[in-house]
Amino acid sequence: MTPFRKYTLGLSAVAVLAGCAAVPSAGVLDGEFLALLKGSFRSEGIATVDRLDQDAGQRACSTGQPPSEAVAKQVEAEAMATVRPPADGRYLGDWREGEKLAQSGRGMTWTDKSAAPSANGANCYNCHQITKAEISFGTIGPSLYQYGKLRGVSNPADPAAAGMVQYTWGKMFNAWAYNACSNMPRFGHKQLLDEQQMKHVMALLLDPKSPVNAD
Amino acid sequence: MPFTFRHALLAGAVTLAAATGALAQKSAADGIAEYRAMLADGNPAELFEAKGEDLWKRKRGPKQASLERCDLGLGPGVVKGAWVQLPRWFADTRRVQDLESRLLTCMETLQGIPAAEVAKTPFGQGEQVTMEALAAWISGESRGQRMNLPQAHAEEKRMYQMGQKAFFYRGGPMDFACSTCHGQADKRIRLQDLPDLRSNPGDGVGFAAWPAYRVSSGEMWSMQRRLNDCFRQQRFPYPGYASDVTIALGVYMGVNAKGAEAIAPALKR
Repeated sequence: MTPFRKYTLGLSAVAVLAGCAAVPSAGVLDGEFLALLKGSFRSEGIATVDRLDQDAGQRACSTGQPPSEAVAKQVEAEAMATVRPPADGRYLGDWREGEKLAQSGRGMTWTDKSAAPSANGANCYNCHQITKAEISFGTIGPSLYQYGKLRGVSNPADPAAAGMVQYTWGKMFNAWAYNACSNMPRFGHKQLLDEQQMKHVMALLLDPKSPVNAD
Repeated sequence: MPFTFRHALLAGAVTLAAATGALAQKSAADGIAEYRAMLADGNPAELFEAKGEDLWKRKRGPKQASLERCDLGLGPGVVKGAWVQLPRWFADTRRVQDLESRLLTCMETLQGIPAAEVAKTPFGQGEQVTMEALAAWISGESRGQRMNLPQAHAEEKRMYQMGQKAFFYRGGPMDFACSTCHGQADKRIRLQDLPDLRSNPGDGVGFAAWPAYRVSSGEMWSMQRRLNDCFRQQRFPYPGYASDVTIALGVYMGVNAKGAEAIAPALKR
């Protein structure tokens, strides 16, 4: 947290200096914007207004520009520190369950009853190609077809595959650990999926028997 | 009658799905364009437009007045061409207003229908049905014209900046912003093409296409309703109807779309 605080202080100093100019400064506009934003929304069901409160990473990723290298490194370090490996050390579940999760875009809206991970899908196909069979896929994220095969993972339990397995887990747990401000939700960090659900999606991507790699 | 019509549309959708399956290589855009062409002679939006024109001229509300003196920005009663210049600054309310928030003003001042009550009414019910029809007709009166939002007033410029900030504002459990889906060129969610709304996305795309009739739900959606559903999918809290953030986003998208041909009320999947 400390490095981020430094960064935030840096930004405020810039805002104070800019405040001397005649035109509305970035700081003044930011203040006006936050007031406008908060005055525009109300809580509805599980979607409460505190969802508008940004964490430091969200703030750094909301400029409309890619973050500077220094900020990106900071965001990535903060994200990396949040990643927790599975408690039992097993990274892969059942790819069939993973496919069901990948297909589901449900969860976390104001029409959903529960914010528990069990009520959520993983949203994968909205943005990624995954299996060959599913032709209705989005393109915001890269294709994940043959994800494990293309990365040389023939046996996910082999110590030689550990690096790729752990990277994939980390990417799903908190995508910003490897790519600051990535569009991908931080599924583990934000408790969108629980450990078991993440294991199932891991299996979809890395199990050699999963259609992702077998077809 | 709408029921029967929807059935016909659904049959069309099934045919389209089959065709899409057979020609998996054909782009989603091609499929949708074909679908639109099939329905070109019968965009149900026309029914809403006719209803909207009637509602504009009919004496309603506690004051038993029509909306024919409503100033949509080009002077009292001028409807043609008004929509392609909205949202804009209004001196009487001292606010930048989009079509829906301006209609709320007119309904309250001319007809005595309380704006706050209408804004609180759920979509598809009561006076919100009136709003949908009015928005359909008024936007249709600018069909074929080009988006041309004014940016001369300081408040119009400020609202553009507010809209820009809102567009890129990441929040909620999934860290989504408008820009997550609409901040890159040539992307899709599933098979749905996504307009890049950071600049002019082209004639009849994005801001220039709403209000629109949604075949999937059989409803007329105004831009307010479209934005509401965007925020739902963003996993944000609930945006107030005609709230400042929705108007600011309208300014941002509308100004960016300058020169794009208006096709509203359009036909959507």
